[in-house]
Amino acid sequence: MKRVLAHAGLTAGALIMLYPLLWMISASLRPNTEIFQRPGLIPEHPTLGNYALGWSSTGTSFGIYLMNSLIICTAVVIGNVLTCSLTAYAFARLTFVGRKTLFGLMLATIMLPAHVTLIAQYSIFRNLNWIDTFWPMIVPSFLATDAFFVFLMVQFIRSIPVELDDAARIDGCGAWGIYRRIILPLLTPALVTTAIFSFIWTWNNFFGQLIYLSTRTRLTVPVALRGFLDATGSSEWGALFAMSVVTLVPVVVVFVIFQRRILAGMAHSGLK
Amino acid sequence: MIANLRRSVPAYLFLLPWFIGLVGLTIGPMLLSLYYSFTDYALLNTPEWTGLQNYTNLFQDPRYLQSLEVTFVYVAVSVPLEMAFALAVAVLLNRGLKGLAVYRALYYVPSLLGGSVAIALLWQQIFGTDGLLNDVLGIFGIEGRGWISEPGTALWTLIVLRVWQFGAPMVIFLAGLRQIPDEVLEAAEVDGAGRWQRFWRVTLPLLSPVVFFNLVLQIIGAFQAFTPAFVISGGKGGPSDSTLFYTLYLYQQAFGNFRMGYAAAMAWVLLLIIAVFTGLNFVLGRTWVFYGDEGVRR
Repeated sequence: MKRVLAHAGLTAGALIMLYPLLWMISASLRPNTEIFQRPGLIPEHPTLGNYALGWSSTGTSFGIYLMNSLIICTAVVIGNVLTCSLTAYAFARLTFVGRKTLFGLMLATIMLPAHVTLIAQYSIFRNLNWIDTFWPMIVPSFLATDAFFVFLMVQFIRSIPVELDDAARIDGCGAWGIYRRIILPLLTPALVTTAIFSFIWTWNNFFGQLIYLSTRTRLTVPVALRGFLDATGSSEWGALFAMSVVTLVPVVVVFVIFQRRILAGMAHSGLK
Repeated sequence: MIANLRRSVPAYLFLLPWFIGLVGLTIGPMLLSLYYSFTDYALLNTPEWTGLQNYTNLFQDPRYLQSLEVTFVYVAVSVPLEMAFALAVAVLLNRGLKGLAVYRALYYVPSLLGGSVAIALLWQQIFGTDGLLNDVLGIFGIEGRGWISEPGTALWTLIVLRVWQFGAPMVIFLAGLRQIPDEVLEAAEVDGAGRWQRFWRVTLPLLSPVVFFNLVLQIIGAFQAFTPAFVISGGKGGPSDSTLFYTLYLYQQAFGNFRMGYAAAMAWVLLLIIAVFTGLNFVLGRTWVFYGDEGVRR
């Protein structure tokens, strides 16, 4: 009996929480006149018209925005996986002068609010003529600036037996060989976690893309979506919701495929 | 020493990209921002030294003080609520119920999407005068209001949005709960501890390091909230500056008015605020965080 109650409570809770999302999907399938009339979920006159309308109504095809986001996300994923693993390997396995200090610095940057570097970064990128290009979003990821991922990988590498390194060393591997042949393959789970979170966070990241991008054909999904109502007038809620749903789909798809890994990654971040 | 340095060369090569980033994108810009904060700098001019002017101006700027207040209220209300929901649902889910994985995933979905522009726009509709919430209230005969257009309630819609995302700390709580050995709880039960007592006396102390970790992270994150306030208020922080988050005002000063020096000063004060709160957390944490029989580790 208690169990039934618990299930009923949890299901009701989940429903209330997810209701806004379900309602948005339903609203995206209704003609505009119907959206503001009923809080129910089933559209009376379902239509895909909002999707067709929204796709092209900002004057630039929504496909361009999706492509721009995809390009940036792919680059960031590659950058993070590559350079964070190099960094993590050095911190977890190699001995060098200044290791403790540098490791402490790396950890400290996890907590650093981005705003404290923002103004200066903006002026540096401006001097490089990088404003209104993708570089300000991409280049930092190739310099292992997301210390959270470095830390995640350091923790993971520490759980790989050192004997494997020793065996490889006896077989004539140097530091690079050990990284390439032993660590990298065994690190795959952490690399996948890094790739997934890099993708989702970059896809949703609004602030950086807002300040750096301005030409319409270079906009990414969040920035374009935010300008949607300005561009179309405030009567186009249906089309707006349709495009909102489109922007959420990639994240949801990634979540459905990698659900276990994402939740495990989240949990892992909290426990050492 | 020389020999040690020579042996360090391979490691330094591995660290090279990270080190360039640390110097060029973190420490360098931090110091440069610090310098800008003592200058009058509008991006197109050469920064002009003004000493402490920006900092003294900050605390005479009513909109800045307003943004501080808004942000403090937001952090002080949303973080405890979010943590309480996360903990309560995690405890409920941890009782060996079937379908745990499904519930966990469903409750996590808002955290996954909540930071996006799409959800902020959805919120704008839900809490609007003609929005979903008022439709639902109408069914029960309750007169709705313009939740977002009235200064008294606008901030609360943003707090609700944050609390809605309690799934992320919940997942971390669940992992923490799983590490508490059943024997400890069974022993307490044998000793006659009721369900409530077991939670307060056994589960919560053993979980306290995880609570601490979540608290530190959530506070740091909440201080930096930006997207929902920006999108929902159309970039203005209104109505009547009631949703003027700290970072939103910083954005307005830097990229609306091009007062880069002023914004840099704001950023450094934010860093100090976050550092003080994190430090305070660690000091207070000593009184309630329990690290088991190895004593207090940090």
